[in-house]
Amino acid sequence: MEFLNGFVALSNFVLVPAIAYGSQLALGALGVTLIYGILRFSNFAHGDTMAFGAMVTVLVTWAMQSIGISFGPLPTALLALPFGIAGAVLMVLMTDKMVYKFYREKKSKPVILVIVSMGVMFMMNGIVRVIIGPNEQQFRDGERFLIKAREFKNMTGLDEGLAIKSTQAITVVTAAIAVALLFWFLNKTRTGKSMRAYSDNEDLALLSGINPERVVAVTWIIVAALATIAGVLYGLDKSFKPFTYFQLLLPIFASAIVGGLGNPLGAIAGGFVVAFSEVMITYAWKKVLGYWLPDTLEPSGLVQLLSTDYKFAVSFMILIVVLLFRPTGLFKGKAY
Amino acid sequence: MIKVENLHKHFGGFHAVDGATLEIEQGSITGLIGPNGAGKTTLFNVIAGVLTPTSGRVTMAGEDITGLPPHELFHKGLLRTFQIAHEFHSMSCRENLMMVPGDQIGERLWDTWFGRKRIADQERALRAKADEVLEFLTITHLADHKAGQVSGGQKKLLELGRTMMVDAKIVFLDEVGAGVNRTLLNTIGDAIIRLNQDRGYTFVVIEHDMDFIGRLCDPVICMAEGKVLAQGTLDEIKANEQVIEAYLGTGLKNKDMLEA
Ligand SMILES: Nc1ncnc2c1ncn2[C@@H]1O[C@H](COP(=O)(O)OP(=O)(O)OP(=O)(O)O)[C@@H](O)[C@H]1O
Ligand SMILES: [Mg+2]
Repeated sequence: MEFLNGFVALSNFVLVPAIAYGSQLALGALGVTLIYGILRFSNFAHGDTMAFGAMVTVLVTWAMQSIGISFGPLPTALLALPFGIAGAVLMVLMTDKMVYKFYREKKSKPVILVIVSMGVMFMMNGIVRVIIGPNEQQFRDGERFLIKAREFKNMTGLDEGLAIKSTQAITVVTAAIAVALLFWFLNKTRTGKSMRAYSDNEDLALLSGINPERVVAVTWIIVAALATIAGVLYGLDKSFKPFTYFQLLLPIFASAIVGGLGNPLGAIAGGFVVAFSEVMITYAWKKVLGYWLPDTLEPSGLVQLLSTDYKFAVSFMILIVVLLFRPTGLFKGKAY
Repeated sequence: MIKVENLHKHFGGFHAVDGATLEIEQGSITGLIGPNGAGKTTLFNVIAGVLTPTSGRVTMAGEDITGLPPHELFHKGLLRTFQIAHEFHSMSCRENLMMVPGDQIGERLWDTWFGRKRIADQERALRAKADEVLEFLTITHLADHKAGQVSGGQKKLLELGRTMMVDAKIVFLDEVGAGVNRTLLNTIGDAIIRLNQDRGYTFVVIEHDMDFIGRLCDPVICMAEGKVLAQGTLDEIKANEQVIEAYLGTGLKNKDMLEA
């Protein structure tokens, strides 16, 4: 009983939130890693692409809510999601035409493109704030919980409750679907294969007659979709605030690098590694340990390694450790 | 078929190709020889659109193709292989071959979802073609191996196989024979002759192996220090004073040194 109670507390405060957060990071990191693998630069504007796609989704959600469209127990935002994706796709394709293409044709070095992406980041950042403002916005509706803590206690008779927010469940399910689609696309379709070919060996891909502009466009479309999905899921789960997406850039890059830049599977694994580390290091273990350890060993302090205020430091530490000891990431990426 | 006029490619102050002028006859198997660093590979790279020339002109069947990107040249029927074998390392050998005719219907996002039937037909045809090529190259057993993990010589074969996946007009082979064993080298030679005679491919072949050149190529062009030194049959080339000085002679000298 003690053990079960401990485990439920652990699930409630660590496992469930970390899985949801990990899914969001994984989706974000997938976008970063695809751009890195195919366009060969680290896209600093990715966080703001997420914000932009999420913003369009929020606006469409509000419009739908105001004319009485709803999705039953599910958040209306899911209905608005395709519009958000379309908006983000348009945005990145336009950016590519107007900005990145110029540097691609000049065969600029990746460092230059990184700086250029920072410029794009500031632009998008500004656009989002001009349109929706810098403040936190509320757009979530529908059923709040899948399982409530009290219901869980009644059901199981345990002292500890397990609450699963519907946004957490939606996050995991949506992320799983998106990832499955992505891998099917990359491994099974001709378009996906030409993307992989281009990522494996650009020169050879070109000499095999693969049209680079098409590969690049398809990559941007997929990345915009992934970014919007990640942004909306994060917004639903936490809240929508433009600045938080900028902050997310750090854990997202940490995830992509931990997994090995350019490696999609690695990005997913990296997302969960970072999410679990962050949640576990900032969680106060007193309660769980109280159940699990014999009374004599019961901790008196909070047993919290780091205050949640410093959660981004965790990504930072992971980043440094990985870059020091295994720069190619857990799965071999393209960076050396 | 291909005309190169006063082509220059400079890397900073270094003139890798320094005013090369040459012509490749339609239907020929032209050999391109020259000492290491003569600029042969660089010349290929410029013709195939991998590098942009510093100055000069390349025409194909009268059409100016200078500076066109490689994927457009591919669709005009101009193919090349790499001296250092390139491969899509995360894909199997068969998939590597199947990538070759790039820009197919399957590569359009729309058709990925709505042209499934046509794509499936196309894939089936490609697969059959790839298997045929693999068999021809005697590497059928490698079909499902990751291309990044096969041996250097086998990668070379894959390079050659790639040019057999489509109906090319002209193929530039950069030392396909290097690192391939004798028997296989003969097979490759046979393949080149057959593609030339049956399918009308024009070839330009870089090789250091004079036996191989002698068996296949007429005419032979000799380059040194970025310039074309001489052109003619192999025997004429071998007798050419400048060529002996710049290229063949060094080989003889080395041999003398070894024997001494
Ligand atoms: N990207 C580059 N940057 C600077 N120098 C280069 C570059 N590529 C080639 N070179 C130089 O140009 C010269 C010609 O090189 P190239 O590869 O064309 O020679 P090659 O005739 O193919 O020789 P080999 O028989 O050894 O293959 C060499 O001296 C090489 O160092
Ligand atoms: Mg060479």
